[in-house]
Amino acid sequence: MLKKISNIPFKGTPEQQAKLEAVIAECKGDKSMLMHVMQEAQEIYGYLPYEVQVMIAEGMDVPLEKVYGVSTFYAQFALSPKGEYNISVCLGTACYVKGAQELIDKLSECLGIESGECTPDGRVSLEACRCIGACGLAPVLTVNDEVYGKLTEKDIPDILAKYGI
Amino acid sequence: MGNVNIKINGMPLSVPAGISILEAARYAGIEIPTLCYLKKINEIGACRICMVEVVGARSLVSACVFPVNEGMEVYTNSERVRHSRKTTLELILSTHDKSCLSCVRSGNCELQKLCKEFGVDNPNYYKGEMVKYDFDDSAAHMIRDNNKCILCRRCIAACDDQGISVIGANARGFDTHVSSAFDKDLADVSCISCGQCIVNCPTGAIVEKDDTDKVLAAINDPEKFVIVNTAPSIRATLGEAFGMHIGTNVEGKMVAALRRLGFDKVFDTDFAADLTIMEEANELVERVKNGGVLPMITSCSPGWIKYCEHYYPELIPHLSTCKSPQQMFGATMKTYYADKMGIDPKNMVVVGVMPCTAKKFETKRPGQSASGYPDVDIAITTRELARMIESAGIYFNKLPDEKFDNPFNESTGASTIFGATGGVMEAALRTAVKMITGEEAPNPDFEAVRGMENIKEADYKVGDLDVKVAVASGTKNAKVIMDKIKNGESDYLFVEIMGCPGGCINGGGQPIQHAVVHNFIDLKARRAEVLYNADKENAKRKSHENSAIKELYDTYLGKPGSHKAHEILHTTYVPRKKYN
Repeated sequence: MLKKISNIPFKGTPEQQAKLEAVIAECKGDKSMLMHVMQEAQEIYGYLPYEVQVMIAEGMDVPLEKVYGVSTFYAQFALSPKGEYNISVCLGTACYVKGAQELIDKLSECLGIESGECTPDGRVSLEACRCIGACGLAPVLTVNDEVYGKLTEKDIPDILAKYGI
Repeated sequence: MGNVNIKINGMPLSVPAGISILEAARYAGIEIPTLCYLKKINEIGACRICMVEVVGARSLVSACVFPVNEGMEVYTNSERVRHSRKTTLELILSTHDKSCLSCVRSGNCELQKLCKEFGVDNPNYYKGEMVKYDFDDSAAHMIRDNNKCILCRRCIAACDDQGISVIGANARGFDTHVSSAFDKDLADVSCISCGQCIVNCPTGAIVEKDDTDKVLAAINDPEKFVIVNTAPSIRATLGEAFGMHIGTNVEGKMVAALRRLGFDKVFDTDFAADLTIMEEANELVERVKNGGVLPMITSCSPGWIKYCEHYYPELIPHLSTCKSPQQMFGATMKTYYADKMGIDPKNMVVVGVMPCTAKKFETKRPGQSASGYPDVDIAITTRELARMIESAGIYFNKLPDEKFDNPFNESTGASTIFGATGGVMEAALRTAVKMITGEEAPNPDFEAVRGMENIKEADYKVGDLDVKVAVASGTKNAKVIMDKIKNGESDYLFVEIMGCPGGCINGGGQPIQHAVVHNFIDLKARRAEVLYNADKENAKRKSHENSAIKELYDTYLGKPGSHKAHEILHTTYVPRKKYN
């Protein structure tokens, strides 16, 4: 799957930047640390937008395209921010055969975003995830740390309403 | 390291230890096909076409990266090998758009050649899921069509080898595609338009923007007076497009072909190269005399200029303000020559035939319209000219040798060597000696700046002046020099930089040679030899000896560096961002 590149404006803070600069300073000169720096950057910012990748490229003296290549190769890197509420739909085998795709489709329809994206106001993000080990409750989704199981698409509006979404 | 004894297809051979099977096979006169391998710059074993059978090995191995060892027995053409290659080709074709009928690379496509050789002709084998990619035609000089891309990564390696790296393989698995960071258009990243990706692409996935229709439209317009000029290196390479040996000088046939295509005047850019030397040598002398910014760096190569603007904007004052020969030529045509001939520059169309894709970008730069109209209207590459000649039905190889038109038919040996790395430096030195000391250089050959090394340095004593010079080609090598200047570690007076490795003879607009030629033949040196031979044979070897140049200064410009010369022949540069 091609990753969605967010067009939500970058809202990094000076504190976040200082943290990332400290990580880069530790790893400078060792290009094999690129992955590590990217992982740390994702911890700090929640995702790897253009501005962050430029900081990494400049700091590590690696072409921006190489940073982007790594960020699009590995599933662990996100190019879109996580919302205040991150909805994660399990697409493991059990959930999938129990209709998880329909949950994603319904969520997409209600939120106006696709899997891997965040709403323009930064409130809600939607993603598909691997098995979370709650197969007995399939199909399952989580909103931040709360788990909802045995769902059908009809349950979606109520769940969203609970969060004022 | 010593030699090892191996057998290739049963033939015993002694080859240097440590070389690859691919290289060893050359000793046996066997060419193992490849699609991704580029010696030294792309040795990644990705395309799986060069697979060979090694006795005792569990599976087939890729010859391009597998080293030979003592007692090794290799089969390069067994049934198993042929089956593997054919299957790989079928898999490549399963996501290839196969529009060979009108593809610009048809007949010169490395994929097509192999498919023909291996009889890949069963369409049912290669019906797979297809992705439809949009073209990227955002840049002034080229188009990328990922539907024809086979992911060999040669373009990426070429871009890395230039130290640019604005393209790479993004995403993974079936989604893998070549693009720029954040999938931005090429026009929105710091690509320098050098075109090295084009000349290294095995298929038609990356091609120059074709401007031949514009040229034909101008020729067919009775209102327009169409002047063509050909860069120094075109005569050294155009013959390759017609099957001639690499290193054939086709100047006479090229002129004849251009005349038959219907250009009103066929002039030599070499004239403008001589003019560039007059202005550039003068600028250098002035900078030395008046404490100007030193070292001064040449400005003939538009790929290099764009590189400097993107990556070293703070060093722009080091660039000579001289326009490139192409632009000086156009500017002279639309002012001096238009005056002389009584032609309205509005009705003049100046076409440059260039070894270079960045020249297409250069024609659109601001500050390049001395007459109020663009100095050069259309820049086409050597390849585009070859296509025009072909489609006009001109039998190039049988053409008589003809001469350039008057009055810009005179050029010196100095201008001809512009096309090879070190040539501009040597030409400038020949004239600078005269300008500084008032006497002719006793020996016009400045051998130390010749050759295909990445970076060359030399020290000359000119009068009382210590002239330390450096020459670099390929922007990755330019970076070394630029970092020295930036860090205050340079004691150079004058620096020549060409954007492409080897200079214009290896430009991104030159005829495309398959990887096997790049890998095993010194293409750059063979092409450069043509220019150095022409220089040797020319009675006039210094730019200031060119009588057309003398007349231009006497009757129009005054002297080098005059106010008028500045208005017409000089330009300015703009700082650009590395990230947009």
